[in-house]
Amino acid sequence: MSFSTMLMQLSSGMVKSMGIFFWTIILSLPLGLFVSFGRMSKNPALKNIVKVYISVMRGTPLMLQLMIVYYCPFLLFGMNIRTFRFPAIIIGFTINYAAYFAEIFRSGIESMPVGQYEAAKLLGYSKGQTFIKIILPQVIKRILPSITNEVITLVKDTSLAFSLAYMEMFTVAKQIVAKESTFTPFIVAAIFYYVFNFVVAAVMEHFEKKLSYYR
Amino acid sequence: MKILEMNHIHKSFGELEVIKDISLSVAEGEILSIIGPSGSGKSTILRCATMLETINGGEIIYMGEKAAYTDNNGNVIYAKGDKAKKINSNFGLVFQNFNLFPHYSVMKNITDAPIHVQKRDKTEVFNQARELLEKMGLLDKADYYPCQLSGGQQQRVSIARALCMNPKILFFDEPTSALDPELTLEILKVIRDLAKEHMTMVIVTHEMNFAREVSNRIIFMEKGVIVEETTPDKMFNSDNERTKAFLGKYHNMG
Repeated sequence: MSFSTMLMQLSSGMVKSMGIFFWTIILSLPLGLFVSFGRMSKNPALKNIVKVYISVMRGTPLMLQLMIVYYCPFLLFGMNIRTFRFPAIIIGFTINYAAYFAEIFRSGIESMPVGQYEAAKLLGYSKGQTFIKIILPQVIKRILPSITNEVITLVKDTSLAFSLAYMEMFTVAKQIVAKESTFTPFIVAAIFYYVFNFVVAAVMEHFEKKLSYYR
Repeated sequence: MKILEMNHIHKSFGELEVIKDISLSVAEGEILSIIGPSGSGKSTILRCATMLETINGGEIIYMGEKAAYTDNNGNVIYAKGDKAKKINSNFGLVFQNFNLFPHYSVMKNITDAPIHVQKRDKTEVFNQARELLEKMGLLDKADYYPCQLSGGQQQRVSIARALCMNPKILFFDEPTSALDPELTLEILKVIRDLAKEHMTMVIVTHEMNFAREVSNRIIFMEKGVIVEETTPDKMFNSDNERTKAFLGKYHNMG
């Protein structure tokens, strides 16, 4: 196999890795916000259910969670899961990352001084307006460094999709290594991951700078 | 006309009763100061008046409309929905530590609620905001963010923010306690100017000389009750032993 063919194959794997990454980010951030609401709920039943969910998501390996999500429809309902591979990966990643994001959102929301809520109340803002206009923008600024951490971890975690034989970059790299008896694909994959994360970190730093106009 | 009436207010935090059957009222154009030692409940009564704390008994009436009352079973009933919104639009509050929105510019801090809560015309709101900023000597700071301002400037912005809602009555909760003596003078000047325009105000303060100079009436509170309520001159020549002791300590300081 020529080097350029290998690059082509790894690149198409990279596109699939990026697919997992972007779908997970788009879905797990909003889900994480709603999970954090449940975690902070005054309703003890809801709060405890969410606590258990977060505890399980953080307490078991993501790879295992991916397998359970993928095989469950077959084991429970005898469903044909051949076309379910990609959705299973996205669901698995999303519910796992939402649990981590939820705790980050909670830490940010709970760190907001009560005076901000009181000032908003005195000015007649509704609860929804207060959260969207006053609280959430300040929370995002506070939690951005923690979010960056998780996002960078997610880039590397996409490689766990190899456990469901999904043809993302790491799966492709492993196959070429096995077939061609060469270590080069791993080096190339490492460079791809690193460059992708370099860009991700730069983008997140840009967001942080944009929000640094106030303290 | 009475803007605010509070009758037989009770407020407890758990076992601790911090407001014990307090009644007070404020007429249009009147300036009432509330003084007293720390922990006397003077800030709490202000927080009850502005609905930041819920009372355990008594009634709160704004412009003749009941914001809260106690029914025959002793339960406190608060006005809800549109009626509550209407009542709450009567008052504004200036906080001890300003509580400006740090992510909004000075102008947006002042204009956002009038535009998006009161749904008023943008041009009209911006014109009023500029007038207020000019009065506060801060017109050149309209595009600044709170973190770029001194404490005194931030407090003046927060006063402008409260005034832009066109409240009938403005409450001040120790507005100078977070400021050094020089910045304190800035704020007292602003309140003095508002007094000249006959703004109705209730001021909780530790600035005794200021309270004496600016108010029509002073309430001296201690341990959740009103010890004395009278005109500034009578208060500062009071025969009440407790009042004399409290004010005497301030005299000795100065």
